[in-house]
Amino acid sequence: MTPITTNETRIEADPDLPTVRIIRDFDAAAGRVYRAWTDPHLVAQWLGPKSTTTQIDTWDARTGGSYRYSTWCEGEQLASFYGSFHELRPDERLVQTFTYEGYPDGVCLETMTFEDLGDGRTRVTGLSVVDTMEARDMMIASGMEAGVVEGYQKLDGLLAEE
Amino acid sequence: MTGDPLSRVFAALADPTRRDIVARLSIGDATVGHLAEPYGVSVQAVSKHLKVLEDAGLVSRSRDAQRRPCHLEAETFELMTKWIERYRLQAEERFGRLDAVLAAMDDQHTHHHHHHHHRGAAS
Repeated sequence: MTPITTNETRIEADPDLPTVRIIRDFDAAAGRVYRAWTDPHLVAQWLGPKSTTTQIDTWDARTGGSYRYSTWCEGEQLASFYGSFHELRPDERLVQTFTYEGYPDGVCLETMTFEDLGDGRTRVTGLSVVDTMEARDMMIASGMEAGVVEGYQKLDGLLAEE
Repeated sequence: MTGDPLSRVFAALADPTRRDIVARLSIGDATVGHLAEPYGVSVQAVSKHLKVLEDAGLVSRSRDAQRRPCHLEAETFELMTKWIERYRLQAEERFGRLDAVLAAMDDQHTHHHHHHHHRGAAS
């Protein structure tokens, strides 16, 4: 299987509802994509921002189970996240809650849908729902923040080489 | 209205009339009177919407608001687009890694994984 790099990620921030939808196609069958989303050893390989490592602290991937993971950079813990597995429907649907431990009052409900497109391709649609428009905007803005932090880290690297 | 600029922009654009005003201003500047015409509402009502857009930094107008045209501050509008794009690129980057994980996954595993559960601390 050759990875095709033309699969674009689409983001839809609803103007009226505190939601974000992420849509992405993958060149793999639904069963395989679902497994990459639920097997902790595989999840750890791709989840979390660039230049950080993801450590799975707890992972009980079954309906009613829970998880916790933390992101690390150069031996330092940056952030931890936890939540519940609300529903696992193999190869089709995954519903989870998600909380950033640095902001314990906030909880996001995430529904991932795995849609078989045929020809060994799968469309994943992730719907994230939070409780206020402000929280939703913050969620999007945090992407910006992480990007800035990464940028600074790269700058640090460049400066250190001087 | 909440403090940070992005929230203000999002809140301002949460209203369909205001989104329409922004769309029309993206074509060119317009007076409040002009903007009010297609809605069948008062100039005052449109002024209210403009005030929200102005507070969000999306629209600028001079003191004599009745005559002077309203102007779309494209930079502010792009700010929001950029933030979403940044968020998108992050997701893109993550999914790029997932592509690699999927490509490297062992085919034989996928045949019998369905009722396999992972329990407890994995680290």
